[in-house]
Amino acid sequence: MSDFDINQYLIKEEPFYQAQGNEVTLYETAYKSRMPVMVKGPTGCGKSRFVEHMAWKLGKPIITVACNEDMTASDLVGRYLLDANGTRWVDGPLTLAARHGAICYLDEIVEARQDTTVVIHPLTDHRRQLPLDKKGELVEAHPDFQLVISYNPNYQSLMKDLKQSTKQRFAGMTFDYAPAELETSILAKEAGVDTNIASGLVQIAVTARNLKGHGLTEGISTRLLVYAASLIRDGADTCEACRMALVEPITDDADIRDTLLHAIDAIFG
Amino acid sequence: MPKLADYRARFKCSFPQAKEVFDACMTRALQVLSDKGIDEYLHAASLICMMGRGVEPVLVYLEEAPEVANAVGEDILADLTNFTFKLNKSPNSKAIVPFLQSLAPVARRLECPESMRTYLQIVIDTMQATTPSIHGFHAIINSPCLVEFLESAPRVLQTLSLAGMKNWIHYGVKAHAADPDRQAAYFSLNTPDSLTILQRERHGTLLIDHERQLDAILKAMWDTDAMIVPYPTALEEGEAQRPYFDEFGLRAPDIYDDLNGVSGINRYRALIAHMAAHKRYSTRIVADNYSPMQRFAIELFEDSRVEALAMRQYPGLRRLWLSLHPIPLEHACNESNESCLRHRAAMLSYAILNPNHGYTNPAILEFLGKFNDMMAQETTTTRDAADLAISFVARTRRQSDALPNIFFTDTEIDYRDDNRHLWLFIEEGDEEEIFDLSKKQHDDQKPEQTGLPPHHYPEWDYHSESYKPNWVSLFEAVHPSGQASTIDKLLEKHAGIARQLKQLIDMIKPQNKVRIRYQEDGSELDLDVAIRSLIDYKSGSSPDPRINMSHKTDGRDFAVSLLIDLSASVGNKATGSTQTILELSQEAVSLLAWAVDQMGDPLAIAGFDSNTRHEVRYRHIKGFNEAFDDGVKARLAAMQPGQSTRMGAALRHAGHYLEHRNADKKLLLVLTDGEPADIDSKDPQALIADSREAVKELSQKGISTYCINLDPNADTYVADIFGKHYTVIDNINRLPERLPQLFISLTK
Repeated sequence: MSDFDINQYLIKEEPFYQAQGNEVTLYETAYKSRMPVMVKGPTGCGKSRFVEHMAWKLGKPIITVACNEDMTASDLVGRYLLDANGTRWVDGPLTLAARHGAICYLDEIVEARQDTTVVIHPLTDHRRQLPLDKKGELVEAHPDFQLVISYNPNYQSLMKDLKQSTKQRFAGMTFDYAPAELETSILAKEAGVDTNIASGLVQIAVTARNLKGHGLTEGISTRLLVYAASLIRDGADTCEACRMALVEPITDDADIRDTLLHAIDAIFG
Repeated sequence: MPKLADYRARFKCSFPQAKEVFDACMTRALQVLSDKGIDEYLHAASLICMMGRGVEPVLVYLEEAPEVANAVGEDILADLTNFTFKLNKSPNSKAIVPFLQSLAPVARRLECPESMRTYLQIVIDTMQATTPSIHGFHAIINSPCLVEFLESAPRVLQTLSLAGMKNWIHYGVKAHAADPDRQAAYFSLNTPDSLTILQRERHGTLLIDHERQLDAILKAMWDTDAMIVPYPTALEEGEAQRPYFDEFGLRAPDIYDDLNGVSGINRYRALIAHMAAHKRYSTRIVADNYSPMQRFAIELFEDSRVEALAMRQYPGLRRLWLSLHPIPLEHACNESNESCLRHRAAMLSYAILNPNHGYTNPAILEFLGKFNDMMAQETTTTRDAADLAISFVARTRRQSDALPNIFFTDTEIDYRDDNRHLWLFIEEGDEEEIFDLSKKQHDDQKPEQTGLPPHHYPEWDYHSESYKPNWVSLFEAVHPSGQASTIDKLLEKHAGIARQLKQLIDMIKPQNKVRIRYQEDGSELDLDVAIRSLIDYKSGSSPDPRINMSHKTDGRDFAVSLLIDLSASVGNKATGSTQTILELSQEAVSLLAWAVDQMGDPLAIAGFDSNTRHEVRYRHIKGFNEAFDDGVKARLAAMQPGQSTRMGAALRHAGHYLEHRNADKKLLLVLTDGEPADIDSKDPQALIADSREAVKELSQKGISTYCINLDPNADTYVADIFGKHYTVIDNINRLPERLPQLFISLTK
């Protein structure tokens, strides 16, 4: 265990993040008391990027877990494995973070089953402990440890929601797609395209977001816009790049696709 | 060259009216017919005169035949003569005049002799199909609808191809074979189904097929919830209406053919974009102070202004609009003898849209510059466009603008609306105010409605393999109520069965996706258990082999709809029982509703019966989200036998509710005691075929249909309709017990 280096989880270069408001200061304040934080927002609006950026800013290592339905409590906490001499305990990501003082980021937490997520409870209240019952150990959380979860409230069925008892252990921050001008500058900076292209792309995103609930379950995310911008930067035809990155991924509905293609044609034509 | 008098001699007809018109008709015939054609023309005219059907046929023939020959070639004349004689010998001689009258417009539309012959064949087929004949002999009674058909043929061919016309006729012949009056109304385009079929067979891009996409465009690009409302076009005679919009929505023609190589859907897109731009950027101005010419110019400048604003945001629209904009040629209009205002305006509009217009007219260039200067400002208003338009009219006014001879070529801009939204009229008109009218209108608005309006459903016609549109009218209502305690008593009576059911239900109580651990075979290794087993193994004790785990989705996500046949026959006593079928059904349904309520699945119950296609009654007994309470019980208790069993429409209606439920599995149960039948359907197969089609439609929508049949002789038809999804309950006394069991096993 002693050869474990938590510093491999440190973020070395600054991840680009364009603040939309005072979310950076708020997060820093929450971190002062190591308050667990929940970030909410539609897919691809920059939740994960924000958390990474904050980890970099605070100079703390960050351990990210992409949650899924098959995840068990052992996958988070740790388990015994076999080696030549017998069994060996291996810490799970949550235990690692608690032991060594990292930020543990559970991405898309609603994807995990509700009984799994209950293991985080003792870490997220005044106790700040993690009992490893199989190993018979009680891990006291490192003073730097903080838990962050993300979830997308619009997404998924009513079945996939957090228990109230889980929800009420976190301070919440809501994210949304940046306003058009800000999003344009994000695109220009992140993908290196000129402002005309960037503002055209943002305009397409605005048209698609108008269709949310009218045939689309989710609008075009900033992430997809960055994809489209990168394709254009690397030489793809503008309309084809938009079709590939902005239309095909979000819909299979022929009418909606034709609508978006018409909008692209009208904007870049 | 022979003189007219020679021809007059060859024309053997003694009607004085025919002689009067002969010279004029002959002059026309000489212009378009060869010598051979003239021979045929005179010969035929003489024969028709001698047919003994009065003077009218020959007058029409003299007048129309040269026009037909002119349109499709004179070889057709011989066919026409033959055909006229065929008609004369048949009982349908009344149709001769309408037939001859239909020829010229039809010929102009069809343009080639082959199509014309096909048309003649179609007329013959229609005649034969609609003339009643006895024992295969040719009949003595005339066809009830041939005259009507011939009168509407030119109008029908305006919208349909010959093939489409055939389908239209075919439907009319089949669907109304037993009802001559209705058939005549069908062929004179006076019934809704006639117009529906006409619409279905049309060529071009139908708005209704693309409405969703256009709504999405409005929502996405213009962020407005405005509705797009189609108005009928080609079926109206005369000048087509322009698109327009008002507070109720954007009105667009119901169909667009391709134009100048622009597809129908793109024409719709151009129209929608133009109207949406008006909606966003235009404001109303007072119309009273402008002359018609000024208003025309203001509309044009405003059109160009909103388009320019729209193109700031969507530059690609320029290409779309340009492809539909006419290109007025600079010197096409002669200012000395024509009114060129429209032409000048169209040139300016074109120049604004296309920078490479190539015009040299100084006034156009000057105002193009002024317009561009105006658009260079940050904000512009309708007022600015109006001011510029006024100065344009003043600057370019010509004496000839007032001439009645207006130059129209290339000035109609197809995708623009009529701009009625732009004007505010302060004075209604110059007439006296009409006091009486408004009072009268007030009196007319008496509420007449007593129930919900009917739903219309199509019915499948297995002979022609097509739907009869809007064939069945279905009226829905909430079932009347009775005494809820009746049902409670029934439930008490079956308390024993209820206890058994309860056990069954507990076994299938809803559980969500579960992980099954401790499995010898499973989808993946359960690592924690595996390691424990290995430790056991290494320490010498026998290991547990159940080291795998698997998952099972065990969610009950059902929506169930139960449709009860309430036809007259359910009032009969069941064989070997003292109770009627209805009473037994009532007990069974009560138990089922109770059981399903225990399980928590959403269940809807409805009863149906029918009295011809004009009245299918659909009565709601329980809604999906309603609990099994006294209200529902009271309605169940009041069930009464009704009339016939028109199952298809009821299935479609129940399916339409199920379709909108959000559930993994949707199940439609039909409880019936006999085959589908109705008193207006003589063919026993027709309604069976329709029900089968309805079941097929439902399964395409992801709804499974299951039939519980109480008719011991059901085997002959029930499989035809429901495939394998049915149960025939022979011992009907056991229905109360069997129905809930069946339901549970179906949904397990």
